[in-house]
Amino acid sequence: MARIRLEALRHSYLAAPAHDADWALKQIDLQWQDGGAYALLGPSGCGKTTLLNIVSGLLHPTSGRVRFGEVDVTDQPPDRRDIAQVFQFPVVYDTMTVFDNLAFPLRNRGVPQAQIAARVHEIAALLDLEPMLAQRAAGLTADGKQKISLGRGLVRSDVNVIMLDEPLTVIDPHLKWRLRSKLKELHQRIRMTMVYVTHDQTEAMTFAEQVVVMHEGRVVQTGTPVELFERPRHTFVGHFIGSPGMNVLPCELAGGVARFAGIAVPTANAATAVNAAAGSGRIEIGVRPEFVRFADGGVPVRVARVSDAGRHRIVETRHGESVIRVLLDERDPVPSGEARVVFDPRFTRLYVDGWLAGEAV
Amino acid sequence: MSARVVNQRAWWLVLPVLLIVAFNAVIPLMTVVNYSVQETFGDNRFFFEGVKWFDQVMHSARFHEALKRQLLFTAIILAIEVPLGVAIALAMPRRGLWSSVCLVLMSMPLLIPWNVVGAMWNIFALPDIGLLGWTLNKLGFAYNYTRQPFAAWATLIAMDVWHWTSLVALLAYAGLSAIPDPYYQAAKIDGASAWAVFRHVQLPKMKHVLTIAVLLRFMDSFMIYTEPVVLTGGGPGNATTLLSIDLVKIALGQFDLGPAAAMSLIYFLIILLLSWVFYRVMTLGEESS
Repeated sequence: MARIRLEALRHSYLAAPAHDADWALKQIDLQWQDGGAYALLGPSGCGKTTLLNIVSGLLHPTSGRVRFGEVDVTDQPPDRRDIAQVFQFPVVYDTMTVFDNLAFPLRNRGVPQAQIAARVHEIAALLDLEPMLAQRAAGLTADGKQKISLGRGLVRSDVNVIMLDEPLTVIDPHLKWRLRSKLKELHQRIRMTMVYVTHDQTEAMTFAEQVVVMHEGRVVQTGTPVELFERPRHTFVGHFIGSPGMNVLPCELAGGVARFAGIAVPTANAATAVNAAAGSGRIEIGVRPEFVRFADGGVPVRVARVSDAGRHRIVETRHGESVIRVLLDERDPVPSGEARVVFDPRFTRLYVDGWLAGEAV
Repeated sequence: MSARVVNQRAWWLVLPVLLIVAFNAVIPLMTVVNYSVQETFGDNRFFFEGVKWFDQVMHSARFHEALKRQLLFTAIILAIEVPLGVAIALAMPRRGLWSSVCLVLMSMPLLIPWNVVGAMWNIFALPDIGLLGWTLNKLGFAYNYTRQPFAAWATLIAMDVWHWTSLVALLAYAGLSAIPDPYYQAAKIDGASAWAVFRHVQLPKMKHVLTIAVLLRFMDSFMIYTEPVVLTGGGPGNATTLLSIDLVKIALGQFDLGPAAAMSLIYFLIILLLSWVFYRVMTLGEESS
């Protein structure tokens, strides 16, 4: 096992990429510590699967290096990298039994029989697959097959990292959380580096210690789930994570004070923003619906719609063209018609051209 | 619940199918059954003979010989065409211009009519003027398919392999193309050798199309008629007289309608039985999953 470093990775599926849009990965610099649980989160087409395939060696990056520990593995084929990968659709060897499936990677590597049997039983016990060892793998349910895919990675003692590419896509909803908690439990027991690719924020947040958010071939933020929630580095992260997403409002910055609709809005980073926006740039206020409340003396709004989200209510209000969502506890009174909203200054930030002021790349 | 509406008019919709099946299968087959139990004389006089012709065919040395030749022929061409077709499919490029070029080239032999194939090979293999026969003789092989049984068989098999291996290859190619990339990627990560990938990924995924390929090639080769007739006419002697050729000789050459009809039915039942056996063997153990 080793720390994984991705240095200045760029990748294009075209032979001669010309435009910025030709790059599936624009520039990736990442470090994954040994034994960590990471999630790669982003919408479809953001480059997360490309990144995963570069780490596993199924793709060779156009430029940049992949290092496991001190070893540069960029030019090594997948079977030499000692990685394991679980795919979106379960991959099992249909004609083999569950036992033979789990033993397959070891047999290919010439491990002695006795050792294979011991290791397979150990991993099967870990994954609750023991009762099915003699069954044909083709007869298992989707979650059983995904466990086999995972097991084929776990049986090998030399694995640097286990990568999971949207592994719950084809699993029935009521089994999803079970397999997810199994994964989490496994990680805590064996402490192997795991990288979980998904476009589902709940999956990412519950599995990972560190979430890497990707957008259009770039990493926009890496952080704990709490950091991503409370301090999004980019308005994209604010939109993508949280339900509903962050409110983003156009504003003006004058004399070190941000103003929305002519009303001064105190923010956590106005001072930095003054420097960052010195030249030009689009300036916006970002505040999550959780940190907006109805109170006197704030921005005048008109309540447009109230939707019930179980223990919360999402109130959609409007000021002119701008939509401001407010998250209320189910017991809180909902004003009707005209009202005023105020933002919690600790969690209200200014963004310049989409990036948190002062943190643009 | 409302009362069930009884309406028999839907039967009219089935009628066209019943008529077509009757005219193209049931009536001709029953005519053959009819012939098989009667003695036929001129000016349409018939005498009921029971199972006499069946008995005669079943004990006929001539039929046994033809059946043996037929089984041997089919076994040889299956043993060559199936592995060769799979090998060609594996070697074909998966995407791009060359895969299209290969597909078109592979389809060519399949588009040529049977009798043309027979005629082409007849001329191609002639010892004095045919390219193949002439070359072989110049190379020092005494080759003459009209005189030597072995040469006749070799030519017949080469012709069938040339004509039909493409079919197996195209079906196997279709099966291979349907395997999703993650299977190959997972196998790569699991450290599988090329043979292990073939044995545990490609072959199992091709199984269904290969079942169809084997069944088609079995049935077609077991019924083969036109090509050997044009190539060798069943000779030299009876060396390449396969079942269908023998059947035509009896029915049209000697005009023995009774024995020919009995033989047709036995022939048909053999094909049916062997097809069923092939199918059962190739789909063994699939009910469980």
